[in-house]
Amino acid sequence: MSLLKVENVSRQFGSLIAVNGVSMTVEAGELRAVIGPNGAGKTTFFNLISGFLTPSSGKIIFDGQDITHLLPARRVWRGIARTFQITEVFPELSVRENLRIAVEVASGYRLRAWLSSTANGEVKARVVDLLEMGGLAPKADRLVGELSHGDQRATEIMMSVALNPRLLLLDEPTAGMGDQETYDVTQLIRKLHKDQKLAIVLIEHDMRVVFHLADKIMVLAEGAPLAEGTPKEIAANEAVQNAYLGKAA
Amino acid sequence: MLKLDKRSADALVWLALLTAPYWLPLIGGYTELGSRILILALAATALNFLLGFTGVLSFGHAAYFGLGAYGAAMTIKYLYPSTPLAILVGVVTGTVAAAVIGPMIARLRGVYFAMCTIAFGQVFYFIAFQWNTVTGGDDGLTAWHRMPIDLGFTSIDILNDNKAFYYLVFTMFAVAAGVMAWLLRSPFGRTLLAIRENERRARFLGIPVDRHIWMSWVISCCFASLAGSLYALLNDFVDPRALRWDQSGTFVIMTVLGGMRSFWGPLIGAAIFIELQDFLSSHTENWESFIGLFFVLVVLFFPRGVLGLIKRKSTS
Repeated sequence: MSLLKVENVSRQFGSLIAVNGVSMTVEAGELRAVIGPNGAGKTTFFNLISGFLTPSSGKIIFDGQDITHLLPARRVWRGIARTFQITEVFPELSVRENLRIAVEVASGYRLRAWLSSTANGEVKARVVDLLEMGGLAPKADRLVGELSHGDQRATEIMMSVALNPRLLLLDEPTAGMGDQETYDVTQLIRKLHKDQKLAIVLIEHDMRVVFHLADKIMVLAEGAPLAEGTPKEIAANEAVQNAYLGKAA
Repeated sequence: MLKLDKRSADALVWLALLTAPYWLPLIGGYTELGSRILILALAATALNFLLGFTGVLSFGHAAYFGLGAYGAAMTIKYLYPSTPLAILVGVVTGTVAAAVIGPMIARLRGVYFAMCTIAFGQVFYFIAFQWNTVTGGDDGLTAWHRMPIDLGFTSIDILNDNKAFYYLVFTMFAVAAGVMAWLLRSPFGRTLLAIRENERRARFLGIPVDRHIWMSWVISCCFASLAGSLYALLNDFVDPRALRWDQSGTFVIMTVLGGMRSFWGPLIGAAIFIELQDFLSSHTENWESFIGLFFVLVVLFFPRGVLGLIKRKSTS
């Protein structure tokens, strides 16, 4: 059974059709990239999967169950975590606190007024694991709002990982980063994919990142699917080249 | 400047509150003033649980403060002359009202939330104002007074002994502040901070944001109604002004004055506000203009309030 099955989803904003009949199947442990020119509907497509928006038509099946109209929090509980194009963290809390909140919510402690010392110890140990996995240990007690863009992004990714997701959605994880930061985040994503066997779907503009990471690529243009295939197939695809190199051709 | 770590600062605050009836007269205060400060500080601290630590601005907390006050007053006047029962009924009244109204407003944000809390508050104000036969209308509910607390083996005369009443208020304040501080350090409290910091991120961590805001609202209103019950007992009187929107505004002003990111901010803010009120109102009828001016200056120059300023100084 496929992990995620998106069946012919569309989303309309007034007369604008942002996403038009897109289907996609993601297997467990797969790393899929979604690319396309600006305004192709990539982020809207993500918003439909994560529950930020609901589709005007079509169906979304996760792990065999229809989640098309589920609230975002409930999708998280089922194992879908996401990051945003503009990093969303808790800026006035430390990295450790940011991760701690995610770990506590993931452990089902969000309504607890106290934790046993065992539970507290487990939470702390998990936070330390995540800090190390994300390369954030040296900055654990700094406020996230004071960190570099790359470290904020790493914090956001690790918060999503803390939720023990089965599917991780990354919306332009390297947007606005320099070469070194892009490299670091790419390595982190690769590590999560390989070590944690996480299924990842990412939107990305940086083609080096996409071709370096993805098992499979889906191309969107003007809200509709243009092509789907391995990086090699996509690189050779004429329609994709036209979409990227200008429509005059 | 004097440097304090958090624990010794807390200890200092508690010590000052515990001994207030003994040092207040030395600086020209009096015990009743201490009780008034502590009661309004409790209401402002309760408001700040929602405002400073959940990031939600209520402009209608007087409704629950006033419901607590009327609940307590009417219990003694009509039901049974017992102070503990009066407090209990006051708290339950305010909390139940908040719990019922909560789901209708927990989905709203920002100015819409604030406007709706005012609107609901004014509903209670007009009921108290109009329903003469039960609430005493504009004249308020008079001809009742707080009762000594009977513990069986002994009785605490909070009616005639101002210090005894202060310590009743202090005990209630200590319990309420303790519970709120403890909640804020718990996993649940951290979900509230998460909502304050970034609602979108909180939602996509799997926190049902509206439900948590509702819970924070109910907790906050519960302690506001506790403050209201004590306020009625302090004055042996309650009138519709305790429910009105300008009373809600007073709580917001106290909180912002003191510093809404600090747990003790509202206490400091309430102390400054009431001291100023006490001092200015004995000199001029226009005391509110001066408090207003002071408030504007604080917001302009110390947007994080008095405690925010001290914190910044001590870290830099």
